[in-house]
Amino acid sequence: MLTPTLSRHLGLAVVAFILLLLLSSQIGAYDDYTLAAVAIFVIATAGLNLLTGVNGQLSLGHGALMAVGAYSTSLLLRGHDLPLILVLLLSLAGASLVGAVFGVAAARLRGPYLAGATLALAVGLPQIATRYSHVFGGEEGLTVPPPAAPSWLGADFPPERWMAWIAIAVALVTLVLLGNLLQSSVGRSFKAVRDHEAAAALAGINVARTQVVAFVVSSACAGLAGSLFAYWSGLTAPAGFGVALSLQLISAIVIGGLGSLSGAVWGSIVLVFVPNFTSGMASSLNLPSSVGNNLPLLIYGAVLVVAMLVVPYGIDGGLRRLLALARARWAGAATNHKGVVDWDDPAGS
Amino acid sequence: MNIQINHMTSAMSRIAIGCALALLAACGESGGTTNTASAPGITTSEIKIGSTQPLTGPAAPGYSEIAPAANAYFQYVNAHGGIFGRKITYEYLDDGYNPTTTSSVTRKLVLQDKVFAVFNALGTPTHLAVVDYLNSEKVPDLFVASGCNCWNDPSTHPYTFGWQPDYTIEGKILGQYIQQNLAGKKVGYFYQNDEFGLDGVKGLDQQISSVASRQNYVPTNTNVAPQIAALQASGAQVVVSFSIPAFTALALLTAAKLHYNPVWVVSNVGSDVPTLTGLLTKFSSGAAGGQLLTGMVTDAYLPLVTDASNPWITLFKKIHDQYIQSLPWDGNVLYGMGAAYAFVQAIKAAGRNPTRAGIVHTLETTKLTGGPGLAPYGYGSNNHLGYLGVQVATIGADGNATTVGPVYTSSDSGSINQYSGTPATPPSNGIPS
Repeated sequence: MLTPTLSRHLGLAVVAFILLLLLSSQIGAYDDYTLAAVAIFVIATAGLNLLTGVNGQLSLGHGALMAVGAYSTSLLLRGHDLPLILVLLLSLAGASLVGAVFGVAAARLRGPYLAGATLALAVGLPQIATRYSHVFGGEEGLTVPPPAAPSWLGADFPPERWMAWIAIAVALVTLVLLGNLLQSSVGRSFKAVRDHEAAAALAGINVARTQVVAFVVSSACAGLAGSLFAYWSGLTAPAGFGVALSLQLISAIVIGGLGSLSGAVWGSIVLVFVPNFTSGMASSLNLPSSVGNNLPLLIYGAVLVVAMLVVPYGIDGGLRRLLALARARWAGAATNHKGVVDWDDPAGS
Repeated sequence: MNIQINHMTSAMSRIAIGCALALLAACGESGGTTNTASAPGITTSEIKIGSTQPLTGPAAPGYSEIAPAANAYFQYVNAHGGIFGRKITYEYLDDGYNPTTTSSVTRKLVLQDKVFAVFNALGTPTHLAVVDYLNSEKVPDLFVASGCNCWNDPSTHPYTFGWQPDYTIEGKILGQYIQQNLAGKKVGYFYQNDEFGLDGVKGLDQQISSVASRQNYVPTNTNVAPQIAALQASGAQVVVSFSIPAFTALALLTAAKLHYNPVWVVSNVGSDVPTLTGLLTKFSSGAAGGQLLTGMVTDAYLPLVTDASNPWITLFKKIHDQYIQSLPWDGNVLYGMGAAYAFVQAIKAAGRNPTRAGIVHTLETTKLTGGPGLAPYGYGSNNHLGYLGVQVATIGADGNATTVGPVYTSSDSGSINQYSGTPATPPSNGIPS
């Protein structure tokens, strides 16, 4: 029943889960909290990478789709104590629905028009929360109770660690499902549409439907990430889902590597750790406040620029190239061939 | 017999000595003469506290000076022997006035940096995001930099204390001023659409019976032209503004553009003259400036920054000049130092080896007096309010504020009373004893 691809992906996910659980048990509560953030962003960026990297549709509005998931979660949990899995699935469904509606419109748009439309989503959607503040809590937003760790883990078990475990599990399940989807005929049609729409249509692919499917899958991921984000931060407020978040998600997949799931993982690590590392510089370094206050943003921008210059294909692309380069060198040495290796095409294909 | 008595006395004296030793040991734990690591964030040589501040983002103009100013006062205290020999380390992190960021950086302070207390964390919407978390972790949440009356809730948030007068009290006293001095004029409101603005409006409404127009803004949308035009259309001759400095400036500039000249009554947090002058000049690219502030009505609960004869101003100005010369000398700096002074008072009162529960107990049972404030503190076991009142002030053509009338105190629902206490003077070394 298990195809070789699925069993390979499942095996990798189980090994990763065990390793991450072990890691999570060895680190402090705040590191667990950070680990959970990485896992949550992996879900969102993996979905976005499928849409933008694999299917070629640029979305500057994924932060808004995360907001749909987060607000669904907050509203579901207001006055009710629903099981986590149900909340996650309902939030995912809510964001998928919004994604489907928007995806139909998006499938008719190309390039800058698509970027503009998705940007409008990012700007407009969070404003609904302020407009209807009696439902969505306005600028202060809605609070979300943290997921309670099961009692068999002991009373001293940090809630942050439990949150990390949940986020890691959900992220790995998402990655396995997306990994399989990309290897399937659906995944191939995503790429075919990205590479040449006319050719894809001639090959019998329904271009518009493929684009809508990609948008829905990607929105589902954003909704799931948004739901976990609400649990993680304990608060759903419009300021948390501004245009900046959407742009951060895009920059994460560009830094990590467009079109691959591992690129989404690298990008999420950068997205979480760089601001984490730079915050607090204002008070710890003795800089003039006008410099120190803006230093974290400056460093974040500098990391983006340097990453683009050094590894234009993202961290994932850079690593693949290094690996292929090493292979080519090694093969060259074995055959005593002192060939020049081309950086842009190290495998010599 | 005699021998027996001797035996008894020696036994008794042994018990007595034992008791005395036990007492001394007990003293060593809570008072005593040696420093112990009595709580998270407290070592034998350091007191580590943290804060979340808008160092960037819409609330940064003006407010970003508060934490460096508090830190300057702590450095001054550290340079003069510290608190029972301990140095204060103040770690303030940027949250960009974004509640979601506040939530994550507060966890960094508590879980990773392991601060003893969160001090003077700034903002109503931002701090509301973490007040439950801090209380569930039993982290003292002292002197929140916001006048929301939501901090005064000892039964649900026993670890949280406000500091500045709450916005409802401020609204009531400003409303009373309008009733008495601007009677017969049409009044309009302009306020931030969250607990900050709504609390202020709650106070105003207790004094002002008819309101021509109520307009609000959200800090993420900088276009306030529709609101100001609506106020103008309503014929409001007095506009009361519960706004952060950037939005006070935007409102004043928009009104000037529309040739609309009401009397502006701006609550304390949005009325600092140097901050507003800078913002007005910047937003209008130099076309306007401080002249728009002439005649503005506001209120104060600390001495006026321009009052060079006030000993508190002399003290804080001296510390400003020594440690943070690059920042302007303005109301934000004064605010940061005033709050820092209150923290030093509280931590000293909590004894040589304070605990988290201990400082809460101290604030509830020991009246903090002798600080720079114009009105008394409200702290008690059923009350976590800071300053209980304000004094109204007007801004002259030279940009200097002048106080008008007496200091009034009040509570959220009680009457407004005149306060007649005499202002305290600072200790000679500038550090609370």
